[in-house]
Amino acid sequence: MDQHSLLFQSMVYLAAAILFVPIAKKIGLGAVLGYLLAGIIIGPSVLGFIGREGEDIMHFAEFGVVMMLFLIGIELEPTLLWRMRNSILGLGGLQVILTGAVLAAAAYLFGQPINVSLALGMILSLSSTAIILQTLNEKGWMGTIAGQSAFSVLLFQDIAVIPMLAIFPLLATHVVADAAQEHSLRDNLPGWAQTLIVLGAVAAIILAGRYLIRPLMRIIARTRVRELFTASALLIVVAIAVLMNLVGLSSALGAFLGGVVLANSEYRHELESDIEPFKGLLLGLFFIAVGASIDFKLIVQNPWLILGLVLGIMAIKALVLFSLGRIFKLSIDQNLLFSFALADIGEFAFVLLAFSHQTRLLNAETTDMLTAVVAISMAFTPLVILFYEKVIQPHYTRSERTEDRKPDEITEKHPIIIAGFGRFGSMTGRFLRANGINATILDLDSDRVDALHNMGINVYYGDASRYDLLVAAGAATAKILIIATDHPDQTVDIVKMAQKYFPHLQLLVRASGNEDAFELMDLGVLHIYRETVDTSLRLGVDALRMLGGRAYKSERASRTFFKQDEKTLKGLSALRDDKKQYISSMKERIEEMEKLMAADRMKSWLDDRQGWDPDTLREEIRKTED
Amino acid sequence: MASVLINFAHPALEKSRVHAQLMPAVKSIPGVTFNDLYENYPDLDINVAREQKLLLSHDIILFQHPFYWYSAPAIIKQWIDLVLEHGWAYGRTGKALQGKVMGNIISVGGPEQSYSPEGHHQHTIHEFLLPFRQTARLCNMEYAAPFVVFGVHKYEYEDIREHSRQLTETIKRLQADNFNISSLSQLSYLYQILQLPAQTQQ
Repeated sequence: MDQHSLLFQSMVYLAAAILFVPIAKKIGLGAVLGYLLAGIIIGPSVLGFIGREGEDIMHFAEFGVVMMLFLIGIELEPTLLWRMRNSILGLGGLQVILTGAVLAAAAYLFGQPINVSLALGMILSLSSTAIILQTLNEKGWMGTIAGQSAFSVLLFQDIAVIPMLAIFPLLATHVVADAAQEHSLRDNLPGWAQTLIVLGAVAAIILAGRYLIRPLMRIIARTRVRELFTASALLIVVAIAVLMNLVGLSSALGAFLGGVVLANSEYRHELESDIEPFKGLLLGLFFIAVGASIDFKLIVQNPWLILGLVLGIMAIKALVLFSLGRIFKLSIDQNLLFSFALADIGEFAFVLLAFSHQTRLLNAETTDMLTAVVAISMAFTPLVILFYEKVIQPHYTRSERTEDRKPDEITEKHPIIIAGFGRFGSMTGRFLRANGINATILDLDSDRVDALHNMGINVYYGDASRYDLLVAAGAATAKILIIATDHPDQTVDIVKMAQKYFPHLQLLVRASGNEDAFELMDLGVLHIYRETVDTSLRLGVDALRMLGGRAYKSERASRTFFKQDEKTLKGLSALRDDKKQYISSMKERIEEMEKLMAADRMKSWLDDRQGWDPDTLREEIRKTED
Repeated sequence: MASVLINFAHPALEKSRVHAQLMPAVKSIPGVTFNDLYENYPDLDINVAREQKLLLSHDIILFQHPFYWYSAPAIIKQWIDLVLEHGWAYGRTGKALQGKVMGNIISVGGPEQSYSPEGHHQHTIHEFLLPFRQTARLCNMEYAAPFVVFGVHKYEYEDIREHSRQLTETIKRLQADNFNISSLSQLSYLYQILQLPAQTQQ
């Protein structure tokens, strides 16, 4: 068997992930560590299933990071960015500058020339967005102050990569003729043209996001072919990556920018849920690749030097972070988590190291050594956070409760989700909105979504029977799911999905008629609303009044009828259950109506409210007087 | 000429004998505004602005209803709760109803003698109507003596006709406005204004 075929490789990766991730989770190490372990084991150092290819895989797997940044971008609305401006610029900016300076000074003291020291300072000041966010998410700590602060810092770092890439060529002492192996449009151009190209690429992404992608999504949505949506979501990310590579910029950064541009779009949830599974898989692949790329031969040669470098760098980073945490008034335990989490060196270091090698800023030996250091420090992150969780956090659990914790920042997670915003759902939605309750709305009609979006309503395009879309809409934290779609089949799909994965949700379900109501009853839905019943009865009340009936009596009569009808329906549903058959033919439907009418006849519709009926009392009075 | 507003409340007029007869009689008096509360608000959702406007444009406000459980049908309570707003009907600045007259036209199951300290109900009808009297006082209104049809459980259709005629006469006398308004609260029952001497108003 060809060991290097794509299928075989895929099998090895997938099998390793499936084998090691559950084990790692089971013994409390977390998924990220599981992937890393899997990578180490199938890598050249242990089993050798993947060897040289590890590097190529790394290249491919970095696309997982690109997708992650796209998703981070798409979740970042400008308003949110603006609210976080202090922590992003202040905390993030200071972290990069201070850590960079301290590490550069350290490198200089160890005898590196000043330009190399500066480059190293910048490279090592970055932390791993992928590993840290994934680990914090896994623990559910993203909502904590430490999580939010870490997020801000990571965000700044990811943006800071652009100027770093611009500065590095300036630091290189040698003027390199053909340094870059990957050719980009920027090569052999004067400085001003390079700048223009970079700015042009950024502008292209923003303009395309605004004026090209949205109309395109609209057209695709109208075709109602689901795979096309996934394809176009992938295309957006891939196209951005290609464009950025073309002009020699970081594709992750371009994806981040593209995400931010699309953050306000009504297709946001849909894009998110389409990219999410790919991101998850590719990030896993990325972690495996990091594990596999750890060069144990190099480590065995200089074990103490490498271990010393890893621990030294992480200690310096943690110290700088901790002092910043103090300045920004984080409580001790949150500050420790913040410092521990961000102490590693990030995936962008791989990119920057390769780049510095190309520009001959760093020699091959240093580059290899540092690549190993970066990979090991990344592998340490989940371990360090595990250490924090098991050893440090227990000491602070009490103090955490007494201090006033800010509520988790949840943007646009409403207590109510409305699936389907047609003539039915829109009425309910308007009513709730008029009473100050905002709902997250999911709808499948792209024209309607556009129109509502323009009115400033939180409406998202998407099929609510999809698990990931419900998650994106906040089903985990919502209280009520109103299902008001036009198609009964779709309604049933959503009900089943919600019952299975979000049993805490109260389901309020529209049914078009008795048939649908029966089916929903069989599914155990408690709150069923047959769409025409209330209107028909309201009409009936008006008819009674026009014939001279008293308004209050007619009104009560309709309520009595309604309650009786619901009761009859439940009775029929029980009967129907015994037969377990779906009434589909017209003939059977007519039979059912006959049963309902027979039930109406049996019930006396005379008002049976004795309280207002003096007859018995009159009789009694008459008798006592006789 | 005083304007009269009748706020009528009967949840089951189709079962009524007394009010089924009193109602058309009262309704047909020229110049009387007949406000059928259960008919206008079958969902008990009172239009407060409309009701307040009606109050402002009338001098004499009478609640006509069966006397259920020593009180009125539910919608009258709802009406009082919502329409008589603080700052409008009562309170330091609530003077909108000042100088108006309020009263009740009620049908009662038991005979008059059962509404006495020695009787079946142990209190007079006036004592049971205390919440209405105090409501009127709080809203700066004169509370008129009640128009009461006692012992309706024993009545046959013809017996009610006399009461119907008496009520019509009483309301017409109220409209004529040719007596001393403050004497309304001195009477025992409202029909007694028919015996008051006519006065010319300045």
